[in-house]
Amino acid sequence: MTETIVAIGTRKGLWIARSNDRESWHLEGPHFLMSEVASVAIDTRAGRSSVLAGVKSWHWGPTVQASEDGGRTWTESAERAVAFPSDTDTALERIWQLTPDPNDSDVVWAGVEPHALFRSTDRGEHYDLVRGLWEHPHRAHWEPGFGGGAVHTVVPEPGHPENLLVAMSAGGVYRSSDAGASWAASNPGIRAYFMPDNEYPEYGQCVHKVARGAGGALFAQNHKGVYRSDDGGTTWESIADGLPTDFGFTILAHPTRPGTVWNIPVADDGERIPPGAQLQVQRSDDGGRSWRMQAKGLPADSYTCVLRDAASLDSEDPVGIYFGTRNGDIFASVDEGESFNRIATQLPDVLVVRAAQLP
Amino acid sequence: MSLTPVRVILPGMLRDLVGGVPEIEVGVPAEPVTVADVLDRAFVDHRILDGKVRDERGQIRQHVKVFVNGEDATRGAGVATPVPAGARVHIINAVSGG
Repeated sequence: MTETIVAIGTRKGLWIARSNDRESWHLEGPHFLMSEVASVAIDTRAGRSSVLAGVKSWHWGPTVQASEDGGRTWTESAERAVAFPSDTDTALERIWQLTPDPNDSDVVWAGVEPHALFRSTDRGEHYDLVRGLWEHPHRAHWEPGFGGGAVHTVVPEPGHPENLLVAMSAGGVYRSSDAGASWAASNPGIRAYFMPDNEYPEYGQCVHKVARGAGGALFAQNHKGVYRSDDGGTTWESIADGLPTDFGFTILAHPTRPGTVWNIPVADDGERIPPGAQLQVQRSDDGGRSWRMQAKGLPADSYTCVLRDAASLDSEDPVGIYFGTRNGDIFASVDEGESFNRIATQLPDVLVVRAAQLP
Repeated sequence: MSLTPVRVILPGMLRDLVGGVPEIEVGVPAEPVTVADVLDRAFVDHRILDGKVRDERGQIRQHVKVFVNGEDATRGAGVATPVPAGARVHIINAVSGG
């Protein structure tokens, strides 16, 4: 029987929900109690049941914890997993993203604060700085977003290991077509409304999350703005019409059905609650041309918020949707958003949710 | 060259990472050595502690305190603080927050 796991990283530790039917859930945890878990990757490549977690202790700094048994037991390398080389005179603040590469089952990418990308070739045990991005001439001009300055999103392209996209707050989208050796800003069409003179700069956009959909379309939730790219991120067009708001943090794209995408809207940047205080998901089945609300089972009078990595899909059919809130609720849908059930509550502030079926 | 002992005393939160060891005794030469020298020697056989106490630049983490014979080195010269022979070096998780 297939086991579905939902890894829930919070401000105060990691929990794992398990289910054999996606209806009844067993919650395990906390792991790493009182440490912040901002990034999680479930690595099922090559038949593995591995989980990686980017953990930060208030006292003892950031590290990578690894599990080979689906999150039941954990180990930590004695040597620093992610460390800036000495010539950079820089110290790692936080690991914001861990992304298994779909083209090489030994490669894992880490997006970190301060703005940098690291690459592991040993399944996530140790990581090396990607110099091409670190030495980019724009780097001195990248600004921290409200949550810090970080590469928070890494999007490889299945079948094309040379193509890689990263997103950062605030710097925008950057792409490499030579496996990370060189990088170029790629934000045409994305509006930076907060810039006083030029609202369409080459870079400096505050992108919150980018997701790759089936068929290759890219979807981006920005700091005010929702976009789609049909040319691999070369250009972007707004798909915010029809949404209750263009603000939010996360976006999810169906893994096998082109055009199906979910957005979790937030009222505004100065009003970080669900629109109309109704916790909701917005779904499009036409690539963002039209949207409809999905809120059955989600609370009204809700004044919480869903952060950029606090939502995930699984790989079942129908696909499961999972997201966590800043007030510690986890909601799950096994009918592609038509209804939700609360599968955990009273957890700390949820930073990251990742779901997968273990082999 | 004769070596004299320095005791590096670990907080409970770090002892769990090294099998419950409460302190590490290191030998240092008679000439003046620094906190950085002492930590280098103490962590040779306990590599996981290095990343917990210091960042990759070698600086004591923001919410960690190191006391040398009862004096807070992190308020002074930090890892460059001299450590006399026979000293006690306490590593402490800072009482940060409310």
